[in-house]
Amino acid sequence: MLSIKNLHASIEGTPILRGINLEVKAGEVHAIMGPNGSGKSTLASVLAGREEYEVTEGEVLFQGKELLPLSPEDRAREGVFLAFQYPIEIPGVSTTNFLRTALNQVREYRGQEPLDAVKFLSLMKEKMALVEIDQKLLSRSLNEGFSGGEKKRNEIFQMAMLEPVLSILDETDSGLDIDALRIVSNGVNKLKSEKTATIVVTHYQRLLDYIVPDFVHVLYKGRIVKSGTKELALELEEKGYDWIKEEVDSTATV
Amino acid sequence: MSTLTQPEFVLGLFEAAPASFSSLRQLGKESFYAQGLPALKSEEYKFTPIAKKLENSITEFSPAEQVTISAEQVKSAIFPGFEGVVLVFSNGYFLPQLSSNSEGLTIHSLSEKENTPLGSIADAAKDPFTALNQATFVDGIHISIAKKISIESPILLLQFHQAKGGQVISPRIWIEAGDFSKATFIDYHISLDDAPYFVNKVVEIKGGINADLTYHSLQQEHNQVIEVSNLVTDIQKDSQFTSTQITLSGDMVRNNLTLNLLGSNSVGNMYGVYLLNGKTHVDNHTNVDHTIPHAESNELYKGILADQSRGVFNGKIFVRQIAQKTNAFQQNNNILLSEDAIINTKPQLEIWADDVKCSHGCTVGQLDEEALFYLQARGIDKITARGLLLYAFAGEVLDKIEVESLQKFIVNQIQERLGSNF
Repeated sequence: MLSIKNLHASIEGTPILRGINLEVKAGEVHAIMGPNGSGKSTLASVLAGREEYEVTEGEVLFQGKELLPLSPEDRAREGVFLAFQYPIEIPGVSTTNFLRTALNQVREYRGQEPLDAVKFLSLMKEKMALVEIDQKLLSRSLNEGFSGGEKKRNEIFQMAMLEPVLSILDETDSGLDIDALRIVSNGVNKLKSEKTATIVVTHYQRLLDYIVPDFVHVLYKGRIVKSGTKELALELEEKGYDWIKEEVDSTATV
Repeated sequence: MSTLTQPEFVLGLFEAAPASFSSLRQLGKESFYAQGLPALKSEEYKFTPIAKKLENSITEFSPAEQVTISAEQVKSAIFPGFEGVVLVFSNGYFLPQLSSNSEGLTIHSLSEKENTPLGSIADAAKDPFTALNQATFVDGIHISIAKKISIESPILLLQFHQAKGGQVISPRIWIEAGDFSKATFIDYHISLDDAPYFVNKVVEIKGGINADLTYHSLQQEHNQVIEVSNLVTDIQKDSQFTSTQITLSGDMVRNNLTLNLLGSNSVGNMYGVYLLNGKTHVDNHTNVDHTIPHAESNELYKGILADQSRGVFNGKIFVRQIAQKTNAFQQNNNILLSEDAIINTKPQLEIWADDVKCSHGCTVGQLDEEALFYLQARGIDKITARGLLLYAFAGEVLDKIEVESLQKFIVNQIQERLGSNF
C-alpha cells in the first residue's frame, strides 16, 4: 500500500530524513519509534504534505500512485490521514461545519454524492460513539479550549469520519491520561481493517500495549536503523535508546 | 506644506447650494473655511490624504443631479428576503414615490422640513467635511420615530449614486427617536455605473431615553468612489445604540463615527468589518465620549487586507472625569494577505476618571499557515480552507448583524470575494 524509497527531506537546508525505506501493506500496523529529534514527526509531516519540508531525494508510492507531487488535500482525498501531534485550534469554525466541508470534498473527489445534513448527522452520531466524544464539543469552535485528551479524541473522530486507507498517528499518546489513552486506542483499533493500515509514531512503548504493532522501526538521525516486532518496543522501553545510538554511532561510516 | 487648506476647487459646490436652510448653510461655509480641507500632515486625517485624492479624482466640484430611478431598479437592488420599510434616494434626493412607510414612522424630505435642527448633533466645527455637507447638501431625509414605538422590521435607506461628470453627492440624514422607541436602519449605497464621484454623507441620530437603535452601513460602491461619512449620535440614558460598518470596496473611504454617551446606563456598540483588495483605502475613525457615569461602550473592528489595499483604524475613547464606573472595550484585529497591504491601527484612550474599566487591543497578523495546513490535511482545498479561516475571523462581527437577510447578503458577498464555497 505504502512504499517509501530512499526518502530524504530537509527543512531550511538542514537535512532531517536521510534515506528512509519502508514498506507498509494493507492490514498492517507499523510503529515508528526513536529518540527526540530523530525525524519521526518529520516523516509523518512529509507524508501528509506539510510545505515547510523539502523532499530532496526519494519517492513515495501510495496505492501505486506517486504521493509526493500531490497537494495535502489530494493526499487526504486519496486516503492518507494524519492525526496531528498538536491539533490546531481554529476559533469561529465549528467541528461540524468543518467536517461536513471536508467530508463532502473528499466524497466529491472519490466520485461519491455529497451527504445531506440528515445523513451527515447520523454518520456523525455513529462515529461519535466510537471515540466517546460529546456532541456539545463538536458544535463548539474546532479544538478551541479543548483539553489535550479532547483534542486527541477529536483527531480520531475526524479519522473515523473520513475513513482513510492509511492513518498516521503522530505522538497521539502524548499528554493523554490512561483513560483517554484507552478511549483513543479503542477508537483506532475499531477502525482497523484488512484494507487499511496504520503507522503509529511514538516515543514511548505505552501506546503499543493498546495498539499492537506488527512491526516496530527505530528511527535515528533520519534513518531506520533497526526493525523488529513488538518485542523490540519492549526492549526499548526497558533499555532506552542509548544502546541503539551507540550501536549506530560506532558503526557509522557516513 | 499643502496649499489645499484653501481649496478653491470646492467653490462650485457653494455656488450651486440651494436657497433653503440659508443661515445653517452660511454657518457651514464659515466653519469649512475656518478649517479648510485636511492638509497632508493633519493629525485627524493622517494616513488618508483625502484632499489630494479629491483634487486628483473629482473633475467637477458641483452637486450631482438627481437621476431617474425605476421601481424595477429598486426591486432588484433590495437583497433577497428583505422585509421592511424601504426609503429610496437618488444622489442624495429623497424619492417618496418609490418609498414605503410604517406606523409610528414620520418621513419628510429635508427640503420641506426646514425647522430640522441640522448641525445640532453633528458639529460642523469639528470636521471640515461635516461643514462642507452642511453648506452644500441638496436634499435628504428627516425620519422621526414616535414615542414608545418599536419598528420591528428594518428600515432600508437605499441610496442610488451616479455622477457622470465625477461630481459630489452629499446625503444628509436626520433621525430622531422618541423615548422608548426601537428601530434598525440599513444604509446601503449602490453605484449605477462605474464613473467616479465623491460622496460626502452626514447622518445625525438624536436618540430618546430608553431607545434601542441600530444602524448598519454597507459600503460596496465601485473602486472609483471616494467617500467621507460622518455619523454622529447622542445616546440618552438607559439607551442602546449599535453601529455596524461593513466596507467591501471603494477608492478611498473615510468613516467618522461619533457616539456621545449622554445618559447613565447607556450602551454604545461599534462593530466593523473591512475586506479590502486592489488599491482600496479605508479609514475608520471612531470616537466615543463617555460624559456620564455608568455607561458602556464596546468596539470590535476586523480587517482583512489583500493586494495593495490600505486600512486605517483609529479608536478614540474619551472618559470624562465625572464618568466613573465606565466600561469601555475596544479591539481591532487585522489579517494582511499580501506583502503590500498596509494597516495603521491606533487605540487612543483618554481617561480622566479613576474608577473605570477600559481595555483595548489591536493585532496585525497573517493567515495562520498551520491552521491552513490542518484544514487541507482533512481534504479541504486551499482556497476553501483560506475562505473558511478568513470568514471565521470576520464572523465574530458578522454574527452581530441581527437582520437575517442582510447578514446572508453580506456573507454571500464575502464568500464570493474569498472565492470559496463552504
